[in-house]
Amino acid sequence: MKTPHKVLIVDDEPNIVMSLDYLFRRKGYEVFVGRDGEEALALLNDHSPDLLLLDIMMPKVNGYEVCEYVRSTERLAACKVVFMSAKSKEADIEKGLALGADLYVPKPFSTRDLMKKVKVLLDQPGS
Amino acid sequence: MNEGWVIAVACLYLTGLFGIAYWGDKQARRGRKWTRSPWIYSLSLAVYCTAWTFFGSVGDASRNGMSFLAIYIGPSLVIPLAWIFWRRFMRICKTQRISSFADFLSTRYGRSSRVGVLVTIFMVMGVIPYISIQHKAISDSFEVLTHWSGGNGETNSMFQDSAFYFALLLTLFTILFSTRKIESTERNAGLVVAVAAESVVKLLAFLIVGAFVAWFSFDGLGEIFQTSADNPELERLLHIDQGEGYGGWFFLVLLAMGAFLFLPRQFQVGVIENADANHLRKAIWMFPLYLLLINFFVMPVALGGNIIFPDGSVSGDIFMLAIPLDSGEPLVALIAFIGGFAASTSMIIVSSIALGLALSNNILMPALIKAPRLRNRVRQLGKTAQYSRRFSIAAIILLAYLFYRFVAAPYSLAQIGLISFVAVSQFIPASLGGIFWKQGNRRGAVTGLIAGFALWFFTLILPTLPDSLLGTSTLVSDGLGGISGLRPTALFGMEGLDVISHGTFCSLLFNTLLYVGVSLFTKQDSVERNQAEVFVDIFEYAEYYESSIARRGVAKVTDIRSLLEDFHQKEYVERAFDVFARKYLIDWEQYEEADARLITFAEKLLTGIVGAASARVLVSTVLQEEKVSMEDVYLILRESQQVRTTNRELKEKSDELKKATEALREVNEQLKQQDVLKDEFLYTVTHELRTPLTTILALSELLLDVEDMEDEEREKFLNTIMQESERMGRLISLVLDLEKYESGKQKLLLTEVDMVKMVQEVSFEIRPQAESRGIDLVVDLQLSAPRLQGDADKLKQVMLNLLTNALKFCRQPGGRIEVSMYRYDRSIKVNVEDNGEGLAPEEQTSIFDKFYQVRSRGNAPRPGSGLGLAICKQIVELHGGTLWVESELGKGAKFSFLIPLQASK
Repeated sequence: MKTPHKVLIVDDEPNIVMSLDYLFRRKGYEVFVGRDGEEALALLNDHSPDLLLLDIMMPKVNGYEVCEYVRSTERLAACKVVFMSAKSKEADIEKGLALGADLYVPKPFSTRDLMKKVKVLLDQPGS
Repeated sequence: MNEGWVIAVACLYLTGLFGIAYWGDKQARRGRKWTRSPWIYSLSLAVYCTAWTFFGSVGDASRNGMSFLAIYIGPSLVIPLAWIFWRRFMRICKTQRISSFADFLSTRYGRSSRVGVLVTIFMVMGVIPYISIQHKAISDSFEVLTHWSGGNGETNSMFQDSAFYFALLLTLFTILFSTRKIESTERNAGLVVAVAAESVVKLLAFLIVGAFVAWFSFDGLGEIFQTSADNPELERLLHIDQGEGYGGWFFLVLLAMGAFLFLPRQFQVGVIENADANHLRKAIWMFPLYLLLINFFVMPVALGGNIIFPDGSVSGDIFMLAIPLDSGEPLVALIAFIGGFAASTSMIIVSSIALGLALSNNILMPALIKAPRLRNRVRQLGKTAQYSRRFSIAAIILLAYLFYRFVAAPYSLAQIGLISFVAVSQFIPASLGGIFWKQGNRRGAVTGLIAGFALWFFTLILPTLPDSLLGTSTLVSDGLGGISGLRPTALFGMEGLDVISHGTFCSLLFNTLLYVGVSLFTKQDSVERNQAEVFVDIFEYAEYYESSIARRGVAKVTDIRSLLEDFHQKEYVERAFDVFARKYLIDWEQYEEADARLITFAEKLLTGIVGAASARVLVSTVLQEEKVSMEDVYLILRESQQVRTTNRELKEKSDELKKATEALREVNEQLKQQDVLKDEFLYTVTHELRTPLTTILALSELLLDVEDMEDEEREKFLNTIMQESERMGRLISLVLDLEKYESGKQKLLLTEVDMVKMVQEVSFEIRPQAESRGIDLVVDLQLSAPRLQGDADKLKQVMLNLLTNALKFCRQPGGRIEVSMYRYDRSIKVNVEDNGEGLAPEEQTSIFDKFYQVRSRGNAPRPGSGLGLAICKQIVELHGGTLWVESELGKGAKFSFLIPLQASK
């Protein structure tokens, strides 16, 4: 049995974290959760996840900065980044993708869709 | 002191003056503002203080006591009136490009060249002696300084007299800095700066010498006055009432008033060289202050001199030099000399310009222009005008010098100065009448002036002439033709007045009576009438002066243009015509015959160069002028007024329109901004709604998709869905609430609110939550605080919100909340203080913004809406109160609000 993918979920909304945590565990992922950017950076270093689900507007260190960190860190090169944000304007999405995110999911989103897309992402070669 | 040294220092001083004038001109050309500041203006007015002030006042005081002061009280009293008189003069001169007092009077009285000639002659007669005593002062002070032997000096021949050479240098200076421009009405900025600098020099010199006398020669002012009071001879100088008494004072003050306003040099610096009429406002106090300072040591020096030289061997006029020399301090004497030199030279410079302009404009230039050969020969007549002015200035300075050499030498400074004052005061009736009395006419002015000057000559000059000349002594004692009623010093049996008062009274009385009387009984002609109207109502006509002068006659535009080009550069004329065309909306293509406006405009341009009289002659060479009728004058004046009114109305309309446009633009800007805000608001609201919606959606899907979910989980998820739905609902009602406040739709339900009870209730409600988290809630209320007018529910909402926030952000563990309330002035003040992490300065204002959330800190079980404080602020402000926070990071936050006892809304 192959080792489960590691997922890091970062959002300052506890209830969103709670539901995603439950969902991903059910699907067999290894899940870590963080409540702000600072926690995210620590967890990234400790666990080198395969997938990062990342909110943007968070205290201390925001999502953009976390994403930039991931993309500039050699060790995390394989990590897929998915933004999930209530910021849903064209410009916001473009900015997120320009920073190197693999996917941008505007809130609110269907968890069913999200799971499908995540699967595709993780099945891509190189991961 | 060595002659060479003194000459060197004086020359050095003059060189400095050249430098300052040159530099001032340069600064002015670069547009430096200080060259046209009220300070410079006020200091230049101090050209009033001449050698008479510097040496003569002390002399006068040493003989007659306090009476010298009258000469300075007059101007101090009259300078506020300059705001009324001079402002009119300024406007009139600027509008018509008048550059001398003689031109002013001749223009007013029917543009009559004869009036100009008469006034010029009288000005020269009256003022030349006055200039001459400046030469005398220079020469005398030089003599005293270089040949001090304990008594009065002796005189040398003219070419040995250093004053002669100084006069030559001064002529050069004056010509250089006052006639550089072809246009005589342009300000001579450098010259004015130099004159102002001289005022500073003479003031400083006087103060230094005065202080020297008071504290070196004597043991302070106290000793001088004490010694004088003990000496009966000197004690009399300390009183005002002696000899001539108050009558003499009255006339002196009156004379000084007239002199200050009408002396040619005062007119020159005060009116012609003025850059901005508003400078007068400052001069009103600065100039009297200057006079006060420069007179401060006059009495001490005069008394001190009398004490040091008790036998009268030394004239009071030279005390300023004699005292330092006597105490062996030639350096201080040199300072006195330079101060006196500054006082003399500034007077000579400015007076010679003023008189030179009058002489050139009214006598020399008209004569030159009438000489037909000249016009045909010379290309640039402007240059001729310049040379004519230069020549006139030189003539005045040298004439004054000769007068001093051959006539004035034996008289005292104050004596000749006063005689000049009386002469100048003869211009008062015609000038004041000219700007205030439309009926005042040429015949009246001429008769009054002639009578005034004749009497001035008869009562003041004749008696002082040497006996050998006309047998004046018998004339004085027996009267003209042996009639005792015609004695020069007691005309019509008027005895008991001193000579000056008597002369002033007689000459001014007849002058005024004749001016008024003849004006009343003779008629003005149409030209005069026209000028009278324009002069008296100058503020109405100034703007459209050209269209306010009636003329009949034919002239070709090309002729006028070529006439102007004889004087001005071609480009200058071109520019002037452009300005004119724009002002009166003229198209030169269809404008071949010049109308009255263009002719007047051309005459005005020429007046600036050659003076009013010559300008008239010149214009008449290209114009077939016909006589203007009274109807023409009235018609054009009415039209001009109409043009003015129409223009003013148009301007008002356009201003209104501008304002309206501006207001519209502002409203538009506001709307746009509101639009942006509204967009932002909508975006934020939907954004805030998306968050709970995300949870609800996710959990609902989980509940649907996961079949083997445990009951516990299911219940937890359903509860969360409910919470988040409630959160959305709350958010929606808060948003609607806020919208109501912001749009002003929210009304307060005013009742009497017992704040004490209300705060107690809220604290009671919140206490269990606090206790469960171990938070210490301290409530400290001033129980006697009065009730206030307010909306009980809304105020409770505020209180609840603040307390909930405090709970959320309190330190954990060890939290502490303090609530206090007391009456503060006419309000109730409530404080809610927590011991949480506090707020950064930039957060302390944004915290009241919509949707601002402090999510990061504290241990909030769930984030707030970001709207609570925004709504609280609205509620408090609706009560006419204020809500604010004081905080420091790490030291907790204190929210306070103040509600007035009587709600303002």
